[in-house]
Amino acid sequence: MPARSTDVATSAKPLQPAYGKVLLTFARNSIVREMSFRTNFILQSISSISWALMNFGLYKIIYSHTRQIGQWGEHEFFVFLATMWIINSVVQAFFMPNADEFSELIRTGNLDYALLKPIDTQFLISFTRIDWSQLTNLVTGLVILGLSLFQLTHQATNPLVIAPWTVLAYVFFLACGTVVMYGLMFTLAATSIWLGRNQNLYTFWFYITNFYRYPMEIYQRGALGWSLFATFTFLIPILVVVNVPARLLARPIRPNWHEFEWAFAVLAVVAAVASLAISRVVFRLALNSYRSASS
Amino acid sequence: MSGSLTQRAMTWWTFFRISVEERLVYRVDYVIGTLLRFLPIVTQIFLWWTIFESAHAASSDGSEFAIEGYRYHDMVAYYMLVTVSRAFSSMPGLTPGIARQIRDGEIKKYLIQPVDLIGSLLLQRVAHKVVYYFVAILPFAFVFYLLGDFFPNGWPPVDVLLVFFASLVLSFLLGFFLETTFGLLGFWFLEIASLTFVFMLLNFFLSGHMFPLELLPREPINWQFLVDILPFKFLAYFPAAVFLGKVTGAEMYWGLAIEFAWVVVLILVTRVVWSRGVARYSGFGG
Repeated sequence: MPARSTDVATSAKPLQPAYGKVLLTFARNSIVREMSFRTNFILQSISSISWALMNFGLYKIIYSHTRQIGQWGEHEFFVFLATMWIINSVVQAFFMPNADEFSELIRTGNLDYALLKPIDTQFLISFTRIDWSQLTNLVTGLVILGLSLFQLTHQATNPLVIAPWTVLAYVFFLACGTVVMYGLMFTLAATSIWLGRNQNLYTFWFYITNFYRYPMEIYQRGALGWSLFATFTFLIPILVVVNVPARLLARPIRPNWHEFEWAFAVLAVVAAVASLAISRVVFRLALNSYRSASS
Repeated sequence: MSGSLTQRAMTWWTFFRISVEERLVYRVDYVIGTLLRFLPIVTQIFLWWTIFESAHAASSDGSEFAIEGYRYHDMVAYYMLVTVSRAFSSMPGLTPGIARQIRDGEIKKYLIQPVDLIGSLLLQRVAHKVVYYFVAILPFAFVFYLLGDFFPNGWPPVDVLLVFFASLVLSFLLGFFLETTFGLLGFWFLEIASLTFVFMLLNFFLSGHMFPLELLPREPINWQFLVDILPFKFLAYFPAAVFLGKVTGAEMYWGLAIEFAWVVVLILVTRVVWSRGVARYSGFGG
């Protein structure tokens, strides 16, 4: 993003903030803050990695008893898991602290200050804080992803071939998934303007994400399963978040994509655009009914 | 002497009653909270359904597939029972609450009150849990009725049921004194949030909250040995294993005795840590 501060100095046009620079400043400030509590930072990183490894351990144990979970072989499943960690760590590092702070700003009335700043409020609210320690699982995810892909591409029977476009598409759909998560989280956070409190944000988030961490096929059975599948694919589209990029890369079913998969890929893009747009609309509506808190 | 004892009992009773009334305010929260507690079970059902189906399809003989003695319905039943154990042994907010009171200096008031910190915290928790069970029994019963198919053998025999309830009560005490001890470490470390997190992590993994402990490998690290010498397994695994008949006979009674011993040990540890901490503590201002 180009820095436009020079324009501002020479013209009388309304202030055009340099979003890129502001973002960098936020990132730097967050690092400074985290580094002033270094032990805490290290312990947080260790515990994030431990959670991931515990999860990894559980599936290692399961795969010592079975060769497949649904259509997913061991290494393919770990591609799925790694993809989930990558998205999760981005969400927890960039969105979670800000969504949490947002409801606090509303409760205390400090949102006033954010509204007065000459920058897009949603941008300001969304990116002020970055929890760098949460990015440790991005690394864990990438390592597991690399190892699993190495196994898959080097296996004796039916080795996986990864075309360059697959990598690009993987990154693209990772981004789509992340945007879906962002939209959902900030739509949820914005509702705290009406509800007045949002202590349950984390709890609610935990229960929602509980569904997205598994391959979507596991829900495709029984009345309850199919209704969960439909709800979390079309209404709250969290099932496409990890499933689409992971399937794209590991392709557990067939060597080629069929209409079914294409439909989900399109859905992932639509979901990303829609949830971003909805979060924007809800955010605007919420701000309109914001009435500060005493003073 | 008897006079002072009744007096003491009266103090405790008053304290308990106030806590119960305070807790009754949150009854709707409890019902919703309890139903939400079971929500993760839904994904567990579908995940293990898929796992067992895949494994069963691959196995050659026609017998029902089992992982370390757990068939599909045992596995789901295990997760449901662990939710019950956790309803007894989990102490949300206890450790950070104590640490905060030490940091703020609020702890001073317990030094002059007739009921000390540990006593009053215990009474508050008992009150909290009693109210919680009264309110939560309905949603619990509802979920167990709904998912009754995962218990094809129905209720276990009476003696097993008694041990099950005893182990639940002990798991409440064990959870309480474990977390209190951790909170009291706040006398030595000002900020224990990250320490709490590590504790939660160990607890989740080693208590059997995440999966039945039989699944843990013996090689290259003997995890089985590790969980046997630590108290964590009594917080989630042990009551569930008793109910499901995974631990039976003498082994079951021994388990209960060991759990009891852990409670006694931890009561003593809490007392020692508390008196050491208080001796070290200095309060200023009002």
